Amino acid sequence: MRAALAIAVWAITFCGKASGNSLYVGPNEVYRTIASAVSASVAGDTVYVAGGTYREQRLKIDKALTLIGKNFPVIDGENKYENVSVLADHVVFTGFAVCNSGVSSMNDIAGLKIYDRANVLIEGNRFENCFFGIYAQKCTDCIIRNNTLVARKIQEQQSGNGIHCWKCDNMQIIANSVTGQRDGIYFEFVTHSVIWRNISSRNLRYGLHFMFSNSDTYAANIFEHNGAGVSVMFSNHVTMLHNYFRDNQGDAAYGILLKEISDSYIDGNYFVGNTSGILVEGASRVSMFRNSFRSNGWAIKVQASCQEIELKGNNFMGNTYDVGTNGSLVLNTFDGNYWDKYEGYDLNKDKVGDVPYHPVSLFGMITEKYPVAMMLFHSLTAALIDKTERVLPSITPELLKDNHPLMKPLKL
Amino acid sequence: MLKVVKYILTDILRNKVVIGYALLLLLVSLSVFSLEDNSQKGMLSLLNITLFIVPLVCIVFSTIYLYNSAEFIELLVSQPVRRSSIWLGIWFGLAIALSLAFVAGAGLPLLLLRHDASAVLLFFIGIILSLVFVSVAMVSAVISRDKARGIGMSVLLWLYFALVFDGIVLFFLFQFADYPLEKAMMVLSSFNPIDLARILVLLQMDVSALMGYTGAIFKDFFGTALGIGVSFVVLVAWVVLPLWYSVKRFEHKDL
Repeated sequence: MRAALAIAVWAITFCGKASGNSLYVGPNEVYRTIASAVSASVAGDTVYVAGGTYREQRLKIDKALTLIGKNFPVIDGENKYENVSVLADHVVFTGFAVCNSGVSSMNDIAGLKIYDRANVLIEGNRFENCFFGIYAQKCTDCIIRNNTLVARKIQEQQSGNGIHCWKCDNMQIIANSVTGQRDGIYFEFVTHSVIWRNISSRNLRYGLHFMFSNSDTYAANIFEHNGAGVSVMFSNHVTMLHNYFRDNQGDAAYGILLKEISDSYIDGNYFVGNTSGILVEGASRVSMFRNSFRSNGWAIKVQASCQEIELKGNNFMGNTYDVGTNGSLVLNTFDGNYWDKYEGYDLNKDKVGDVPYHPVSLFGMITEKYPVAMMLFHSLTAALIDKTERVLPSITPELLKDNHPLMKPLKL
Repeated sequence: MLKVVKYILTDILRNKVVIGYALLLLLVSLSVFSLEDNSQKGMLSLLNITLFIVPLVCIVFSTIYLYNSAEFIELLVSQPVRRSSIWLGIWFGLAIALSLAFVAGAGLPLLLLRHDASAVLLFFIGIILSLVFVSVAMVSAVISRDKARGIGMSVLLWLYFALVFDGIVLFFLFQFADYPLEKAMMVLSSFNPIDLARILVLLQMDVSALMGYTGAIFKDFFGTALGIGVSFVVLVAWVVLPLWYSVKRFEHKDL
């Protein structure tokens, strides 16, 4: 009995504290501006904001408040201000339309910026025409979920990143959609974080830009039609699972650009219709299993500066060139992949080809060095060059081969 | 002229070589589409075959046919018919027959089994290439009186267009690699109808690899309606100019 009473008392005090008071903001409410409600509130209160347009100049949330927008109230930055600044832990910000932030080449003005905070939840907002969308600096344990970011900038200088995290830890970026920003999602010095189920498309530069960020995972995201695809650089222990990299086309566009990556794991991703599916440069100990490369210009370019890259059980189908490289040194393993260009045979019927497959084509190397040679693509001359090279490899690296090419594609 | 066309046409359409050519194309196109599991690959094989076989058969067959009908041509010349209409009549006969063979052999399966822009383009490209190489054959036949030399010349011409030209292009490219060659390459490609045809079809197909900088420039030109239009004009020029030259030569030729 006494224990039950204690629990009841605890529950009442706890719930009371969590719900706090409710403050209402709207054209017909006590508070006309969100800022006035914020200054009248105490930590733990909930601020409800009715639909309408609010010109708050710079809305500072400096207490642990829950802000809930109904019918997407617009917080307008009038192309001058940083719309929302989060300066407290445990802030919940949900249901707003954050529009027209300022643009600056001196400061990183954002639609919403979180300064050195923890446990902030940004959920279900719309960000329209902002310079940076959501900017988190030195944050931990924050969740950015279900937001939609749309910008329509033309020039990279005029545009910031969609979701920008700098020096953060334990972040969760989930189910956001970013379009038309400079980089869709930007990570620099971010650790132990997850990027899951986001859609990043038609951004000016990268769909995902990832630097000096170790021990992170990104899974089940879609990156498509970005100016330069996705770039993951100078990081280690990165896990990439089941992402779609689609239609990133252009001279310097890659499904993923992996530069100076080590101890990472790339599994079950789809690379479809990119100029280059993956470019690996200066990477070591990266495992690529069960990925599907379809209809890319180059499925994968592995530069000679890489070591211990392991490609096993991947499907290569309908790519113009399967593998490209820039030197004769091969410290990587290609084994047990399916290549649709494989012309070998399988006498003992174990579904593994009996002769090795050399995935590098000489004409591919020529076009890599002299792009204009593309004019002779699929010509008789090009075919002759390739055939003679396949029989007697002299220029293409002899050791770059798959000793156990599969006869049938894997079900991926 | 119409009578000449009709006569030549009926003669060629009964020719075993042309029937064999049509059947070969039919066999090849049906097998590439049914054997390959992805039809993009089948399309590529068919493109290669079209660019390889069509010019060869058209140029060699037309040259041989012209030499074989030398006596018939002499007979016609003795009649009150203008020389140009005899020559054009023969061209029309050959061109129509060989185009029909291509349409029956490769064109129809292509249109029936694949429904996209690249298939339609390849259909027209095949026909135009047939016409181009009939015209080129007329030139080599009119230049030389000797059958062996004439046929040798057409084989050499085919070899030049199919292989040697590309080698020269590659050489040119390696020598001048330090310069921006994109525009030069586009101009150069118009000197070889086979290259031009290939680029046109490929731009409708292998988009990804061609989307690099060079590809973008190519696509900006060849991919647009204007580019396709200009390329077709160039291809038509490849039909008309050799034909016009051969007509001029034939009009003054001492038979």
